Amino acid sequence: MDERLVTRGLVRAPFRRFLLWLVPWVALLGLGVYAAYLCLALGLNQTNMDNRFAFGLWIYLDLTVIALGAGAFFTGFLLYVMKRSELKAVINSAVVIGFICYSGAIGILAIDVGQPLRAWFTFWHPNVHSMLTEVTFCLTCYLTVLAIEYLPIVLKNRRLRTVPSMLVFEHELHRVMAVFALVGSFLSFFHQGSLGGLYGVLQGRPFAFRESLAAWPSTFFLFILSAAAVGPSFVLVTTWLVSKVAGRPLARPEVFRLLAKVSGSLLIVYVMLKSIDTLVWLNRTAPALGARPARFYAFDPFGSWVLFTEIVALGLVPALVLLSERARRDPRLLVGAAFLACCGIVLNRFVMTVQTLALPTLAFDPFLSYAPSWQEVASFLAVVAYGVILYSLSYRYLNLFPQERELAAQEA
Amino acid sequence: MEREKTEGAARYGMVVDLDRCNGCGTCSVACAVENNVPPAGERANARNGISWLRVQRVEAAGEARAAFVPMLCQQCGDKTPCASVCPQNAVELDPGSGIVAQVPVRCLGCRYCMAACPYHARSFNWWDPEWPGRLAETLNPEVSTRTRGVVEKCSFCSHRLQAARAALAAAGKGAALAAEYVPACVEACPAGAISFGNLDDPGSDVARLAQAPGSFRLLERLGTGSKVYYHTEREWVRRLADGRAAAGDGRNHG
Repeated sequence: MDERLVTRGLVRAPFRRFLLWLVPWVALLGLGVYAAYLCLALGLNQTNMDNRFAFGLWIYLDLTVIALGAGAFFTGFLLYVMKRSELKAVINSAVVIGFICYSGAIGILAIDVGQPLRAWFTFWHPNVHSMLTEVTFCLTCYLTVLAIEYLPIVLKNRRLRTVPSMLVFEHELHRVMAVFALVGSFLSFFHQGSLGGLYGVLQGRPFAFRESLAAWPSTFFLFILSAAAVGPSFVLVTTWLVSKVAGRPLARPEVFRLLAKVSGSLLIVYVMLKSIDTLVWLNRTAPALGARPARFYAFDPFGSWVLFTEIVALGLVPALVLLSERARRDPRLLVGAAFLACCGIVLNRFVMTVQTLALPTLAFDPFLSYAPSWQEVASFLAVVAYGVILYSLSYRYLNLFPQERELAAQEA
Repeated sequence: MEREKTEGAARYGMVVDLDRCNGCGTCSVACAVENNVPPAGERANARNGISWLRVQRVEAAGEARAAFVPMLCQQCGDKTPCASVCPQNAVELDPGSGIVAQVPVRCLGCRYCMAACPYHARSFNWWDPEWPGRLAETLNPEVSTRTRGVVEKCSFCSHRLQAARAALAAAGKGAALAAEYVPACVEACPAGAISFGNLDDPGSDVARLAQAPGSFRLLERLGTGSKVYYHTEREWVRRLADGRAAAGDGRNHG
């Protein structure tokens, strides 16, 4: 039925099966849109956030998806700037995932703020001292860059290529894509850092506050490095996952191994710097603010196991596996380690957002807990559903994996 | 960010005598009435209601007598944690008074300032404010009401400062003098536990009390330079409140 839209030489599931696949995701999207409507129409009283837990599930997951979406900028950086041409095999998929992550995060932010119609104030009356201003500017600019990077992938659609002007436009866009990749990398480095800075500058929260290097707290640099380290792992995991769902190889094993090597190399540096940062913070920064570091891990469930899990189990261990050439040749170890690395960043963003707010600052403060409302969960699941739908459509009608046709021919 | 101070500038501050405070909550009610804080809705609770000034009951093991700590915006100094983080300048430190002003009409409702405030002195409008029945007639015309989705907090009754400045100007006393006024909570406290005035005026009661033995600021070591001081002769209260005791050590019945 839609064969004329599918790239020549690629095999896709029958149209009816594709529609059936989309049905549950569309239903989830519908539920999430309804939950978002409730939050916008009735107010944020629909959430379980409060004056003490001012940030909740949304901010935590926004930070997480933006970090995972870093695969887009870092793969682009490796391909266009570092000239690692092997990554052409996954760059289209990385761009689509990046676009989904960033657009989804901005969509959730629009629900999360109390006065979304005033969002333009940040551009008109910016406080240049605020990390959030930097985040807002960079996120908006980078989403625009991602949309521009997405465009030539869309224009390569079999039907659109029959329109001569589209073909010319796509060709011209391709010629300048390296410039956008460079701009995107610059913007991404900055906003990943600013997201880390959001917490690092909180002098009133000794759990989050870090000392400054130049003008930025150490979390600024750690967030950049962790996102750059885990981004390629996320591209690897998603490519593997799509390959399993589609039931066909999408990229050569060398591509997976290169992604893993890059991810492992950066992750080991990150683990070292994060360990040094943690030692400085526990022994100098936090005590100088009058905090007792042991108390940071005195409230269940946030025991010191959180720190160990984050740095060792989900940092050092996957880094060592990804760095081992022998391990990289074992697909299970390769994907497993990349998955663990992704989990590490998920935990890190959780700790920085949720544990920061749960811990008391005053001696007569209680430790606080928070559980998101169904509206918060459903709104976020809508982003997941939106991502799956957009990716599914992109996979079906666009050529996300240039090696797919060749690999399919080899298999045949 | 604090700009250059002008002629007649003051640094308003407060000293709360915790040994006099009996936790009656009159300050809290007076504050709410003065500043048009709406009555709590049916679903509001201690964590999501609006309160510019809450009285926290604090106990410690082995101490028979509880302490009551009125908690309000601590009106931090140059290193105000909330002002530097606001992305759209909705929080400003007034160089003429030292008051940290919240501008609700500019507020995006991102709540970053709330995450930044270690004193939990800020409230978000989770609901539309409502004054049922004839309660709307009690609204103070000097203070604007806020809308759903913005953050608000204590302003040291800055509208009273404006009125005091206007009265000085009308009396032809010029701008060289720092205006004298008292916020609603100070006026209402039946125990006379709250002193208020210009901390930069060495002759003022508030400046003297702020430096008296037994006076301290909450979480002094964070370096926020707050202008709300507390005073007590009870060592355990000081230990709990100035950050020498670990966070979470005391018992709270706020």
